[in-house]
Amino acid sequence: MRSYTRRKLLDSLVRVLCCGAVVLALLPLVSVLGYVFVRGVSGLSIAFFTELPKPVGEVGGGIANALLGSLEILGLACVLGIPLGVLAGVHLAEFGSSRFATWVRLAADVMAGIPSITVGLFVYGLVVLTTRHFSAWAGAIALALLMLPGVVRSTEELLKLVPESLREAALGLGVSRFRTTLLVLLRTAAPGIAVGVMLSVARAAGETAPLLFTSFNNRFWAGSLEEPTASLPITIYTDAISPYAEWHERAWSGALVLVSLILVLNLASRLLLRTRVKAS
Amino acid sequence: MASESGASIDRARAKAQTRLGASVNWGDVTFRQLTALCALGVLLALVAMGVEMVRASSDSIRHFGFGFVSGRVWDPVANVFGALPFIWGTLASSCLALTIAIPISFGVAVYLSELAPAWLRGPLGFVIELLAAVPSVVYGLWGIFVLAPWLRASVEPLLARFLGFIPLFQGPRYGFGMLAAGLMLAIMIVPTISSVSREVLRAVPTELREGALALGATPFETLRIAVLPHVRSGLLGAIILGLGRALGETMAITMVIGNRAEISASLFAPSYTMASVIANEFSEASAELHLSALAEVGLLLFMVTLLLNLVARLLVWQVGRAPLGGRL
Repeated sequence: MRSYTRRKLLDSLVRVLCCGAVVLALLPLVSVLGYVFVRGVSGLSIAFFTELPKPVGEVGGGIANALLGSLEILGLACVLGIPLGVLAGVHLAEFGSSRFATWVRLAADVMAGIPSITVGLFVYGLVVLTTRHFSAWAGAIALALLMLPGVVRSTEELLKLVPESLREAALGLGVSRFRTTLLVLLRTAAPGIAVGVMLSVARAAGETAPLLFTSFNNRFWAGSLEEPTASLPITIYTDAISPYAEWHERAWSGALVLVSLILVLNLASRLLLRTRVKAS
Repeated sequence: MASESGASIDRARAKAQTRLGASVNWGDVTFRQLTALCALGVLLALVAMGVEMVRASSDSIRHFGFGFVSGRVWDPVANVFGALPFIWGTLASSCLALTIAIPISFGVAVYLSELAPAWLRGPLGFVIELLAAVPSVVYGLWGIFVLAPWLRASVEPLLARFLGFIPLFQGPRYGFGMLAAGLMLAIMIVPTISSVSREVLRAVPTELREGALALGATPFETLRIAVLPHVRSGLLGAIILGLGRALGETMAITMVIGNRAEISASLFAPSYTMASVIANEFSEASAELHLSALAEVGLLLFMVTLLLNLVARLLVWQVGRAPLGGRL
């Protein structure tokens, strides 16, 4: 039998080690966010959001084309990915006891872990090779594929949380299955699903690797969705690895914009979740 | 389970309808068909990915066979492609990352699920998950201008002075290299491993903990006696999920690993990973065989991560499902 003090000491030691682990895990986050803010904020100006990048050596200019390109690609990806993902999630939640559904569930989970660069390779072969040019479309398809697993699984989980009594009540009134799902279940679960969708979009917004050889890059405005299109993550990447100090500054400012967007999406989804928990 | 009762409701409905002689609601049938089609789309996307990768790399597979994974020369000019340096770089950086990340992640998970006061758990868990929300390219930017210079100026000289007799810590110090990549990956997989293991720990019923505590065990002993025996496979699953993320991570690593296709024993030396070589060379490659070889690197990465994720999911699912002794 070990003495009481020894057991107490061991317990305290583990407690301290665990606290230390938390501190160690948080340090990089503080450092990254701190540096992005401090080094990025000086480069922000109206011109940064409204002008095209200037060539090396000229002062001023912005990354407006990359911002617009990112919005285009991300918007298209949402249009492609969200309805597909939500409907697939509905299938898993409402008709999901079949073997087929188990396979789909597994596929969605596995897909969430596929490296984003291989998704880029896939879309390159599927879209870029067939159309013979890089395009915003190709980038959007790649991002949609990356969003898909998150949207599918969060829709399924949230629909399963809707009380069974609601389903029975609607069906008991003679409402069709289709209208029950659309008007009762999806509406009840909507805030939760929105959270899942927002987190998936936030993830896709920062993805760089799948855009490298799908939407590629463009130093000017892209004329249409059929052309290579600049995007915020790719611009940050090319600026960061360039040898020019002005471009490095631009990369930090771009990173600040990107990180702010993603933080806002994450915080908003968290607030939404909290109000929802309180309401129920 | 909502889905099962949903299906039984469907069956009951169908029976009642046939008995009453009511017609089938075609709207419902179409709706069900439509959702099934979307679900099929998810499945097909994954299958298509595999098929396309195999198709794209068929040239290289035919040309090099198994020599591809053991070849040490990667020379696009001479059309000779061996992926061993990249495989080595990927495996070594991921192992290094796991070594650093596992203790930290488990500490975080235990703190969040067992030790932290209730009001702190939610916000702290959220902040840890923010680590996963920061985009890879932003980590890379931070790596180039903050992490690598810091390693070169402070950490590597110290390691070389005190541990320089080990080959791991010898050679010229650039800052950019295996050590930077390993650290970077560790930072990026801590949220994955810690959040999955926290979920796994939470799946253990409170009664088990209460039992141990009532017998006079300290919180740590409770963890060791009542919780850990039930979650071993789940924790292993969390590690494998983290490994899967580490293997496929591209941008941040490409920006700090130095991108040199060499196999070196030193952690200070630059290296190259499978994902990085695809990112760097794919859009500039023009020779068919070069493209195909890069696609084969992608295929290897795809298959390995596919397998790891399958195993990890099964392990994590198992913990959620297992009877766990005292569940009431």
